[in-house]
Amino acid sequence: MSPLYRRRLFVNRLNLLMSLGTMAFGMAFLLWILWVLFAKGFAALSPTLFTQMTPPPGSAGGLANAIYGSVMIVFVATFVSTPIGILAGIYLAEYGKNGWIARVTRFINDILLSAPSIVIGLFVYTVYVAQVGHFSGWAGSFALALIAVPVVVRTTENMLQLVPSSLREAAVALGAPMWKVILRVTLKAVRGGVVTGILLAVARMSGETAPLLFTALNNQFWSPDMNAPMANLPVVIFQFALSPFDDWRLLAWGGALLITLTVLVINILARTVFRQAAVR
Amino acid sequence: MNFEAVATRQGTPETGARELPPKISCRHLDFYYGKFQGLKSIDLDVAERRVTAFIGPSGCGKSTLLRTMNRMYSLYPGQRATGEIVFNGRNILDPGTDLNMLRAKIGMVFQKPTPFPMSIYDNIAFGVSLYENLSQRDMDDRVEWALTKAAMWGEARDKLKQSGMALSGGQQQRLCIARAVAVKPEMLLLDEPTSALDPISTAKIEELITELKEDYTIAIVTHNMQQAARVSDFTAYMYLGELVEFGATDTLFLKPKRKETEDYITGRFG
Repeated sequence: MSPLYRRRLFVNRLNLLMSLGTMAFGMAFLLWILWVLFAKGFAALSPTLFTQMTPPPGSAGGLANAIYGSVMIVFVATFVSTPIGILAGIYLAEYGKNGWIARVTRFINDILLSAPSIVIGLFVYTVYVAQVGHFSGWAGSFALALIAVPVVVRTTENMLQLVPSSLREAAVALGAPMWKVILRVTLKAVRGGVVTGILLAVARMSGETAPLLFTALNNQFWSPDMNAPMANLPVVIFQFALSPFDDWRLLAWGGALLITLTVLVINILARTVFRQAAVR
Repeated sequence: MNFEAVATRQGTPETGARELPPKISCRHLDFYYGKFQGLKSIDLDVAERRVTAFIGPSGCGKSTLLRTMNRMYSLYPGQRATGEIVFNGRNILDPGTDLNMLRAKIGMVFQKPTPFPMSIYDNIAFGVSLYENLSQRDMDDRVEWALTKAAMWGEARDKLKQSGMALSGGQQQRLCIARAVAVKPEMLLLDEPTSALDPISTAKIEELITELKEDYTIAIVTHNMQQAARVSDFTAYMYLGELVEFGATDTLFLKPKRKETEDYITGRFG
């Protein structure tokens, strides 16, 4: 074995070791968080969590109103932000390309993407909540949609840019108009990636607290009215976790576990379903 | 096949092709990628229901020339062509040209197989349904017809609902040819259709080209000179954006008029 080769072998092993080490470091914290979450949260899981309302301190209760509120607020926000995000992403990738409108849009989108969510909460508070004079589920959806749109725009654009131009040309060469090329061929080729982007946005929205604090606020009672203050998991967790009451803190752990599990299940489902679709 | 064509420096081969009506004619065609001139004053007639091959070293402009014939370059800002390309009596470089209609009449097959992310059946039906409103039965017939034309029916008949992406490279390329044929174009542009394929698939596609020229005008770009000699009736040798020699394939390969052509086809190039 020549000294040069030995040296190369050594450097290779060293690099492998270092990258394994950094991976283990990152994973350790993730597993730690999950471990604590599961250990504390499982104690709170029970059927009453899904059937009873958030209780006053000292009495039994669940998170039913908060679960319902979170699902509704996130659903409406997804329903609104998905078409906007996909259409804007299509514009940037297929039409705007490097024109000035596209460049400006991309720049603003990047700012929105990294905007602190509390700023978005305050914005919606000023332009909507303060105008109508009350907190509401709609305002919560509005704020969450503002957070989701840039995520969907970015992933849709990035995914479409991955489509080889040869595929686009092949469809154009058959005499297909541009919109048909996009809808039937390029968007279809990356639909798994676009759906993943939407799910990322849903995951991001599920955990946002700050924007909801200023918009949907909270509601102790069962209130399916989107036009009234609405209970939701992140704000309930925020409020209960900071409280001095043990039963409230336990419910907060349960809520945190619920959010985490939901996001996990959505991701796994999406991956398996779309892998099957791709193979077929 | 005996062509007594005498090659001239540019333009129409003197005999042989003169009796054949040209399907598409380039007149003083210049092409620019931004400031770079990719084609220099090309004059050339592509004969109807014949195979015309374009050969030359990489970067000589043969693919560029093909991409002007269906205005594919118009997808990219900064690329432009001047001069004339006359197809069915009209200059397709005119700004008013309906590009979708033009491309429906002039099909194209690319170097890399490009199946769409859908079933084999839908890959073919996609182009057809753009311009024709066929009943389910007629569409079934058309898909079978196109796959038969592309020598694919036997392999594909039992898996029409399977994804076109799951086929082998050679099958994918024949699917792409079937897809181009299915819309019943008047002309086919083949841009190095076999360069990514194994010899058996290549042989199948070459046979196919010979059959297709009964009905279609074919222009093929190829890096493989044997392929040009095997499949084409006319050959154009291009170099640095210029058409160096154009004539009947037999003549061009056996008795090239120009020294540059001879050097290239005998491998003494450069």
